[in-house]
Amino acid sequence: MDMLELRGIDKVYRSRGNAPVHAVRALDMAVEKGEIVALLGSSGCGKTSTLRMIAGFEDVSAGSIALGGRRIHELPPARRKVAMAFEGYSLYPPLTVRENIAFALKSAQLPRAEVTRRVDEIARLVEIEDILDSYPRAISGGQQQRVSLARALVRDADLYLLDEPMGQLEPQLRAVLRGRIKSLLAERGMTAIFVTHDQTEASALADRIAVMEGGVLQQFASEKELKGRPANLFVASFIGEPPMNLLDAGVTRSDGGFRLSVGTDMAFDVNGAGLDSEAASALAGTPQVRIGIRPQKIAVGTGDVRVKVVSNQWLGDQSHVAGDCNGRMLIAVTPGRVAARPGDIVPFALEPRHLHIFGNDGTCIRHAEVS
Amino acid sequence: MEHSSLAGRIFRGVALTLILIFFMFPIVWIFLMSFQTNEQILRIPPRILFEPTFANYEALISGQLRTAAGNLQISFMRNLFNSVVLSSAAVLLALLLGVPAAYAFARFKFRLGESIAFTLLSFRFAPPLLVLLPLSLYYQELGLNDTYFGIVWVYQLIALPLILWIVRGYFEDISPDIEHAYRLAGHSWREAFTRIAVPLAGPGIAAAGLLSFIFCWNNFVFALILASADKQPVTVGALAFVTASGIQYGQIAAAIVLSVTPTLLLALYAQRYLVEGLSLGAVKG
Repeated sequence: MDMLELRGIDKVYRSRGNAPVHAVRALDMAVEKGEIVALLGSSGCGKTSTLRMIAGFEDVSAGSIALGGRRIHELPPARRKVAMAFEGYSLYPPLTVRENIAFALKSAQLPRAEVTRRVDEIARLVEIEDILDSYPRAISGGQQQRVSLARALVRDADLYLLDEPMGQLEPQLRAVLRGRIKSLLAERGMTAIFVTHDQTEASALADRIAVMEGGVLQQFASEKELKGRPANLFVASFIGEPPMNLLDAGVTRSDGGFRLSVGTDMAFDVNGAGLDSEAASALAGTPQVRIGIRPQKIAVGTGDVRVKVVSNQWLGDQSHVAGDCNGRMLIAVTPGRVAARPGDIVPFALEPRHLHIFGNDGTCIRHAEVS
Repeated sequence: MEHSSLAGRIFRGVALTLILIFFMFPIVWIFLMSFQTNEQILRIPPRILFEPTFANYEALISGQLRTAAGNLQISFMRNLFNSVVLSSAAVLLALLLGVPAAYAFARFKFRLGESIAFTLLSFRFAPPLLVLLPLSLYYQELGLNDTYFGIVWVYQLIALPLILWIVRGYFEDISPDIEHAYRLAGHSWREAFTRIAVPLAGPGIAAAGLLSFIFCWNNFVFALILASADKQPVTVGALAFVTASGIQYGQIAAAIVLSVTPTLLLALYAQRYLVEGLSLGAVKG
């Protein structure tokens, strides 16, 4: 059963004298029990608004929210059974770290021993045992963030909302905490939604990722699916590091398929047999498409696309080679070292089966074959 | 501070002393005057050394003003009591009304919100005399003339805008997410206000309350017009010392000392909050 169900959510901010801001548009999303979901997107894409509507700090302009079968969008925050870690930490200044974490448990009138046990346990998890008796103003931003996280995770709630839960932490600790939090959530079957703009964090922690842009949910799928079968141009270019290479291509018919030509120096034959009827008619109906290829799918040192190397970086485990092909920039990632200097001419191999093809409206016409 | 030169330190010391003398001298002089008889005060040249007398205080406390023209009844202690009652009640009422209003203005954007807040502030722009004539007519119609309630009501013109604007700034400095976190932990909106917002804004509320108490205490013209002798505060009561047989400087000085003492003590006690409140509340960021 779906734990959380968002149906047709709209959020419009109106303020006098300003044009209304449509922060979230027609959002439909269902999260299963025990699932960890990341809301991923750039600043102002509507992800935090969505989180706050679920928590109840913002009214929904339209649509409904159900949590565990209860319609919650008209309930006050206190009755939604939702826990949240805030981006700005928002600890109670007059209380110690321990009291901050224990606050909700005490309100729920748990026995004192139980409260202490749970606070100690969660404090160990996020490594704040040694500051439990400090006050929020006396600890660092990263520590405050972990306290805020602990305060949310220590509760019994139907849903845990985490707004940029690890933004302030140093990379090593972040990696450690990610693992611990993931196993804590999985172990207890907790359902969680977290907001992030960090792809690595989203991939590492989440079962499914909801990519948002301009208030619209672009795609809601696993990381593998987002990478392999991006629904549109935005997801294709947003997900993946370095980003997908995108090129404009002209479409002409050829024997039993289509020929996609990029300028005069690249051409790809797409076999009609490998296309479904929808894709075929879409290609037949447009003279121009965008094609995309992941940097990891470009082979360096073979092939017939000749590029002039602009930069060649060895990152310790892979090489990023950026090349110029008649004014078009292509980036290739290969596992080994590449012996090429800027200015050298190097062949790149781009295979038609690795191409993602996007229509002019940005929707995906054909995905690359999974290999 | 440690890096300043000797000359700089001396200059600072001299400047501070001059300023201190300039502002403190009148208060010290009044204090000395309150222990002198009228004759001693009016002596030329005045003397610093004199035989202190408690006659002025005795006269005030007993309510018997002895002048050359005979004994006069004065109700100074009654006035002092009125001042305490009126100012305290006015500030309490203003806090009761103003703190929730300030919270509303800080947290919620609603139609005409800014206009209402500004209108309330504008009460402080207008000279009191501007509203006094219509007010006294209303008050006569409503039967509020010469009642404690009427004066407390009109003191809201002084206290409410002050409290509203200072406390509002304080509430705006508190992250709304702190209250959100509290509400998610199973508490109502009202509890978040009383248990989180009000305690966190405590210093600001205290400062605003103290300031409006001082302003109410020092008000003169409202009570002069709207109340008769037995409801008037000390500021108005001091007029009684201008008698047919001359101005009773000694008693006036004693009355000033007595009437300044409560606010002075209060201000000394809450000095820390006062400075903090004024610098943090009204000016944001």
